[in-house]
Amino acid sequence: MPNYSWPPMDQRKVMGKAHNRLDGFAKSSGRAKYPSDVNREGMVYGVILTSPHAHCTIKSIDTTAAQKMPGVTAVRVTAPAGTEIQWAGAEIAWVAADTEPHARDAVRAIQVAYNVLPHFVSEEKKSKAGTRAKPAGEQTTGDVDEALKAADGVSEGYYAIPVLTHSCLEPHGQVIEWKGDKMEYWPSSQAVSTVAGDLAQQLKIPASQIHVSMDYMGGGFGSKFPSDIWGAECARLSKDSGGKPVKLFLDRATELTIAGVRPSAYANIKVAGKKDGTITAWQSESWATGGFTGGGMPPIPYIFTGIPNRRLNHAAISTNAGGARAWRAPNHQQACFLTFSAIEDFAAKIKMDPVEVLVKNLGLTARAALYERQIRKAQEMADWKKLWHQRGDSGSGNIKRGLGIALSTWGGAGHPSECRIKINPDGSVELEQGTQDLGVGTRTVVAMVAAESLGLTVPDIKVKIGDNAYPVSGPSGGSTTVGGVSSSTRKAAVNALEQLFLKVAPALNADPAKLEAVGGKIQVKGDPSKSMTWKAACQKLGVSSISETGKNDPKNPMGLNTQGAGGVQIADVSVDVETGVVKMNRVVAVADCGLVINPKTAESQVYGGVIMNICGALMEERVMDETLGRVLNADMEFYKLAGIKDIGEIVVHMDVHPDNDKRGVIGLGEPSAISTIAAISNAVANAIGVRVPRVPLSPDHVLTALYGKNMERSRA
Amino acid sequence: MNNFEYINATTVQEATAALGSSWSDAVVLAGGTDLLSLMKDYVMSPKRLVNIKNIKELGTISKAGTGLRIGAAVTFDQLASNPLVRQGYPSLAQAVMGVTSPQIRNMGTVGGDLCQRPRCWYYRLGHGVLGMKDGKSLVAEGENKYHAIFPSGAAHFVSASSLGPALVAMGAKLKLVSASGSREVDAAKFFIAPQSNEAREIALLPNEILTEVLLAAAGKNATYEVRQKDALDWPLATASVHLKMKGTIVESANIVLGHVGPTPYHAAGAERALVGKTITAETAMAAGEAAVAGAKPLSQNAYKIQLARVAVKRALLEAAGVKA
Ligand SMILES: Cc1cc2nc3c(=O)[nH]c(=O)nc-3n(C[C@H](O)[C@H](O)[C@H](O)COP(=O)(O)OP(=O)(O)OC[C@H]3O[C@@H](n4cnc5c(N)ncnc54)[C@H](O)[C@@H]3O)c2cc1C
Repeated sequence: MPNYSWPPMDQRKVMGKAHNRLDGFAKSSGRAKYPSDVNREGMVYGVILTSPHAHCTIKSIDTTAAQKMPGVTAVRVTAPAGTEIQWAGAEIAWVAADTEPHARDAVRAIQVAYNVLPHFVSEEKKSKAGTRAKPAGEQTTGDVDEALKAADGVSEGYYAIPVLTHSCLEPHGQVIEWKGDKMEYWPSSQAVSTVAGDLAQQLKIPASQIHVSMDYMGGGFGSKFPSDIWGAECARLSKDSGGKPVKLFLDRATELTIAGVRPSAYANIKVAGKKDGTITAWQSESWATGGFTGGGMPPIPYIFTGIPNRRLNHAAISTNAGGARAWRAPNHQQACFLTFSAIEDFAAKIKMDPVEVLVKNLGLTARAALYERQIRKAQEMADWKKLWHQRGDSGSGNIKRGLGIALSTWGGAGHPSECRIKINPDGSVELEQGTQDLGVGTRTVVAMVAAESLGLTVPDIKVKIGDNAYPVSGPSGGSTTVGGVSSSTRKAAVNALEQLFLKVAPALNADPAKLEAVGGKIQVKGDPSKSMTWKAACQKLGVSSISETGKNDPKNPMGLNTQGAGGVQIADVSVDVETGVVKMNRVVAVADCGLVINPKTAESQVYGGVIMNICGALMEERVMDETLGRVLNADMEFYKLAGIKDIGEIVVHMDVHPDNDKRGVIGLGEPSAISTIAAISNAVANAIGVRVPRVPLSPDHVLTALYGKNMERSRA
Repeated sequence: MNNFEYINATTVQEATAALGSSWSDAVVLAGGTDLLSLMKDYVMSPKRLVNIKNIKELGTISKAGTGLRIGAAVTFDQLASNPLVRQGYPSLAQAVMGVTSPQIRNMGTVGGDLCQRPRCWYYRLGHGVLGMKDGKSLVAEGENKYHAIFPSGAAHFVSASSLGPALVAMGAKLKLVSASGSREVDAAKFFIAPQSNEAREIALLPNEILTEVLLAAAGKNATYEVRQKDALDWPLATASVHLKMKGTIVESANIVLGHVGPTPYHAAGAERALVGKTITAETAMAAGEAAVAGAKPLSQNAYKIQLARVAVKRALLEAAGVKA
């Protein structure tokens, strides 16, 4: 079997060097066409009628008037009379028309009578949840009561992190066009190779009839794996419109209401330990909702799983609200926030530097040495020794500065992936893979791997992805892509090169096993005088190309990729204690992703993760109205997201280290998006002297933590 | 959005002739940054839009005696970059720069800012300016953290205009023109707290156009906004102040809070607290304290009392050029 191992760290020519994104220019110039940019001749537009009520049954529905509206080509009902609706925004009926305004007019002409039922949308008040709270059963280890009694210090706190809603720049949707019994499908998807199968099942047609194309997509973050009812109804609207292509994308309000949420988490937590910082006990009573089906059980205590005495109670609460979808590092942000806030509060209780408390307890984690190295690095980069102070000890003046730290962990092993590499007689190289680039740099990374493996440069590789006609590659989720696609590309390239060596060996009068590809040449190892240019070598192929595949098998990744990344982030904030406004000074992120293929896109991944969570820490929250049962801020105005001036400086240190490198490639999407919220919350506590229990750390929450709900003490 | 008729007026006469006697007949279109989103959400569905952006005289800023005349179709960007405004009326430039979106500053106009509808989420969901359902206020029982701490009767929304408080503080007059004549209204009287869900929150009548804003020479003035984000966001509370000084002594003060009530809120108590004093951190804070006396917060917005208090303090220090 050929040797697929990555070239040694110090011999890499392409991998490990920062490379610009291959599609950077196309994107910044607007030439890149996203699925929502696809326009087809004769295309009609799909619009959805959604429920205005959080809980109701449909008494009757009449589409007669809508059918007769101008431009309407199809009207469909998916929630007929008798259907019970469990959240506002749930889909009821669908219209296709020649223009979007016509479709909207027709949607408004559909007559629906509702029988409105009681709803429950505010899960923070657990006592009101009644039977909607499903306890998971107590989990205990050791003797918590005894440990609490024996402890030198016990911290006790309430911590709350709200439901967030996915708000991808490009909303969910697709364009679908039937051509006879075949279908062209342009989805905004995280799963080019599997989404057709999913749609085929819904439509009960063979998957082979569906051709998926997707060159670019505008963000998914875990919310865009299935074809969804949106895909199926888009296809049916197209059928019902006589095969006309249909464009159906959710509008912003619908996107923020039903396209998936990150579950909330609430907890009362006690952490106990010794004066020297040793943590001895954890007790938590937590609850969460991910919508109607409940969900959202954060794995706590996070990372410090070896705390000897633990008692956990958790309840999942069902609400009449849009359901959860995977969210960049599902459950980890919540778990990280709950755990690291509570541990920080314990450190403050015993008046110890939280960094030292974390280091002291690393034996309770699965990766003590790695975390220690990362913590020390982050500490140095953040100027921790100079800037950290005891909680609240931040001097006079209304601007208080503080630092906070948190750790992360994630799997990130490569998913199943197949790649085909073609070497053509003219020397050109084609790389085909049914994967997708969610904007993270997948295209660039596979080109780099192929170039490295073939002794070429990145522009020599023609990358073809985003099409389900190419070899199957897994969905992009859980940071599994880079490990999968890089490993399969490596194997395909090595296999193809082996074939090329067989063809050129006679001309070089050498044993094929002794050949290598370097610097655009094929040469005899150790004897560069016996060499041939890449072009000349490929001419030996005559008229037939080499076409070889490589596969990543997650059960046997052969050392090319692995799982288990750790990371550390430190936030540095300034809080105006008169207004409660929190400003980011800096986030320092030390990130481990094993072998780093492209430092530039890897760093960008971390920037994205940090920025996403600055929003989550400071501004984002879904606001539900109890009376209406509706989302009040399903817009980009009061569903607040950070702009460039709100972000501060982000300093990334990729933990490039032989110990990490030899583990192989590990995904980075999720790990970079876990610990920022906790780190910021801790930094704010450090700055202002009290824990703000509730995320987001908005002025109302910060001022309430400082002065009480009625601002009693604010006159001081 | 419903279909509508579009009139592209080039003179004020043409524009007023095209208006009707009710808001559902015809509505003025300026930058469209507010109106179009209301129409897309079917909150407003006028039969006719009258574009005023091509009426030349509405798009200029000029000296008027010792004061200033600002055309209603002047954009935020024009206003903020005008030297006369920056020198004499920094309060206005500061208010406008608080609209942190360059797109909105390029499109949004002075008249549109003063006439824009409330951002109350219940209003935007179609429950009227008072935010009512089944005869009950959704605001009082509901999500009210961005709402009024100085409600007026049933009106709990906050006036959205950032220029409003600054113009009220400086005693501006607004010129309203209809087909049958024109009238001048004090900025303070332009804003009203409606007591019915259908009523409008400004004194403008459906057949009128706001054509210009008239300002006398101003004393020291400043606006301070408390906003959570630097990127596009609404202020949580603002204060606009206007001081007539004798040396370092305050002779008279006008202090008006924004985003705390259904109209710009005139803080008379704070004004009294300042007269005869020098502006220092202490007197400014005392004025802030006096400004919020009598606030009636809702269930979730007591924090805005603190913000309003601080906004007053900071606006005063800014106007007086005092470093805290
Ligand atoms: C996300 C967001 C954030 C914002 N933040 C702020 C902020 O911080 N502070 C702030 O003040 N504003 C803010 N704005 C609002 C913005 O200022 C207004 O949308 C803008 O001022 C409206 O001006 P326009 O010319 O676009 O008005 P249009 O949308 O054209 O009109 C608005 C209303 O005024 C009426 N109207 C306009 N001109 C006249 C006239 N001359 N005579 C009679 N009636 C007229 C119209 O009929 C309509 O009812 C924000 C807007 C958005 C979308």
